[in-house]
Amino acid sequence: MLSDPLLLSRLQFAWVIGWHILLPAFTVGLASYIAVLEGIYFATGRDVYFRSSMFWIKIFSVTFGMGVVSGIIMPFQFGTNWSRFSDVTANVLSPLFAYEAIMAFFLESAFLGVLLFGRKLVPQWAHFFAALMVAFGTLLSSFWILSANSWMQTPAGYELVDGRFFPKDWFQIVFNPSFPYRLTHTIVAFYVTTAFVVAAVAAYLIRGGRFVEEGRVMFSMTLWLLSALVPLQILLGDLHGLNTLEHQPAKLAAIESHWETASRVPLTLFAIPDEISETNRYSVEIPILGSLVLAHDPNAVIKGLKDWPPRDRPPVAIPFFAFRIMVGIGTIMLGLVVASWWLRFKGRLFETRWLLQGCQLMAPLGFVAVLAGWITTEVGRQPWTVYGLLRTADSVSPSLTGTDVLISLAGYMVAYLVIFPAGFLIMARLVRRGPVDSATNESPIEGGRPDLLVRTPPTASGRRRP
Amino acid sequence: MNSLVLDIVPIWTLILGVGVFFYVLLDGFDLGVGMLFGLAPDTPSRNLVMNSIAPIWDGNETWLVLGGLALLAAFPLAFAIIIPAVYFPILIMLLALIFRGVAFEFRYRDAEHKTFWDYGFVYGSAIATFAQGMVLGAFIQGFEVEGRVFAGGSFDFLTPFSVLTGIALVFGYGLLGAGWLVLKTEGELQAWARRHGRWCFIGVIAAIGIVSLWTPFVHEDIAQRWFSWPNLLFLSPVPIITALLTWVEWRSLNNDSEVAPFAGAIGLFVMSYIGIAISLWPNIVPYRYSLWQAASSESTQAFLLVGTLFLLPIILMYTGWSYWVFRGKVRADIGYH
Repeated sequence: MLSDPLLLSRLQFAWVIGWHILLPAFTVGLASYIAVLEGIYFATGRDVYFRSSMFWIKIFSVTFGMGVVSGIIMPFQFGTNWSRFSDVTANVLSPLFAYEAIMAFFLESAFLGVLLFGRKLVPQWAHFFAALMVAFGTLLSSFWILSANSWMQTPAGYELVDGRFFPKDWFQIVFNPSFPYRLTHTIVAFYVTTAFVVAAVAAYLIRGGRFVEEGRVMFSMTLWLLSALVPLQILLGDLHGLNTLEHQPAKLAAIESHWETASRVPLTLFAIPDEISETNRYSVEIPILGSLVLAHDPNAVIKGLKDWPPRDRPPVAIPFFAFRIMVGIGTIMLGLVVASWWLRFKGRLFETRWLLQGCQLMAPLGFVAVLAGWITTEVGRQPWTVYGLLRTADSVSPSLTGTDVLISLAGYMVAYLVIFPAGFLIMARLVRRGPVDSATNESPIEGGRPDLLVRTPPTASGRRRP
Repeated sequence: MNSLVLDIVPIWTLILGVGVFFYVLLDGFDLGVGMLFGLAPDTPSRNLVMNSIAPIWDGNETWLVLGGLALLAAFPLAFAIIIPAVYFPILIMLLALIFRGVAFEFRYRDAEHKTFWDYGFVYGSAIATFAQGMVLGAFIQGFEVEGRVFAGGSFDFLTPFSVLTGIALVFGYGLLGAGWLVLKTEGELQAWARRHGRWCFIGVIAAIGIVSLWTPFVHEDIAQRWFSWPNLLFLSPVPIITALLTWVEWRSLNNDSEVAPFAGAIGLFVMSYIGIAISLWPNIVPYRYSLWQAASSESTQAFLLVGTLFLLPIILMYTGWSYWVFRGKVRADIGYH
């Protein structure tokens, strides 16, 4: 097993993208949140928004740096490990990747420098503009990468010539059938994930008693946002499911671990899928609800996995359980949001201990849901890289040996197991220090800066503003 | 090669060429500064050295992504053959860039492990540079190709020539980095950068000399390109201008000009880059596939070109603006730390 370059390349891709996706899950939302805080501060001049923004900018800078370095890895994976895929799909997919770079990456990185380091160097409106551009960049980036991902799920607008894809209609390629659903579902997921992190940190600050004002502002803002986004997300998820039923029925059958084609199918709440005997064990089912939920029609016929030969079926257990984890977390989120409405109405939003503690516990769950959703959709696409057209086994670089990929996978594992925990601890420390204002921020951690001010007196060269 | 009404392959060749050169230049000084960071005398000067690139490094690295993706988009066959052929140098480069990239934040925020992140920054920069140099060497050597795939082994890249180009690039980026620091610092630190720039310069000149003499022997096509008549005459400005730039660069590292060391280093890179391009033209997979044979479909190139021609000037404008914001000598008191 450890000598199969295909399996190892798949593990490697899962590893590098699994870690990477956690960062946009946070930075896409946080960039927008910072832009909102900067905007309110720009409009009202209230100091609490300034302090809150500075606090989140510090955390953002840590995650963004990690996002950049783990993101640079990704395009090279297509060449190093998936060169056949690149050769076959590049005519169609490569402009989408390239547009992500030229529209989004440059925008983000150029304005990030100004956002992080430029507050004293540019007027306030320019700093606010930089915050807006960073947020806009993260959304553009999501747009293009999810368009490419969606095309692999639901290819459209192409023709196949000599086994390679050629573009026929760029509008159909970019706006392929699953893209609108995937884009909205993913971006809302990123916003919800971030909002729960902000709510968790806010709850922590309120309970700690040192930064109650900042905590309350953040807590109230994010719970309003979640009140809109969590119900919206459930609706979007439902629409995405209908789309999957139409375009990727084998994936849907795997998600539901549904073996026999039938109408009036039950909804399987829990089961242990058995792929050898092609049945479910220990299943807990609700009659007819399956057809109703999946197709919005109790008499709808849902195709079962047995309609496909085994070599064309995705793995069943992984999407089945991953999907249920995602939905379960969504349900918990909805419960907390509904509770927050009641408590806000009663005027006890900031005083109810179980709500604050509950929100703190929610911090990691958005990420778990994002990962689970991603695993559902990507594993459900198997055994194809381009759904129904290009097999994963035909996508891998032919020159690689198992040893080659074992070495690289080990390298990525070691590197990520160093930087991700380190980054997490650094962010946890920033949260513990709280939104202290920058005047009291010169701790020894900042590395020799006070010395430096003494060592280099101002000179006439260069530009100096107080 | 198709007979097109409008052949846009040359435009993409130019965009890719310029994009890769921008990467080499921008991340080049950036990685060079990273290596010199390890030689800086004390903590305050290290902080200043790092601050000189902190606001711009990730913008610079974005050109690497652009270079990779432009190759994939415009010349996908080259991407599909070359990248797996340099599997390990790319891996090493990416791993090194991870440690170097996170060091910017982590060394300030993780005081207990500051030394670890500092080493990550220095060795990350050096190893990434060396790996890029090996990619260059492997590229000049050429790859074993069957049909549309790389047919050699993952260690084919490793030869004395690729090791030499790796070392050459370490000195080259070091010279760019020293030039940048001369531009951005003052006083003692500037004198220190100048001193190290001179050492890098000696390494660069030795490397350019050896690589230039060795390259014609790597493949007969290259020797043919340079030494056949009348090419010898038409191409003679390349070594002559390089020699002139060498003289200018050495002088500027020894007098008190602030811009010239950086500009001269850029000039040397331009000339080396042109030299390589002349050696390999018109191939993108050396000695095997030309730019036209490896090009993506007309529609692909056109679709991406529309947006690129519109966006590239805008990118250059706001990138320029972000450099403008941080112009002048690097200061200790900017930032959010």
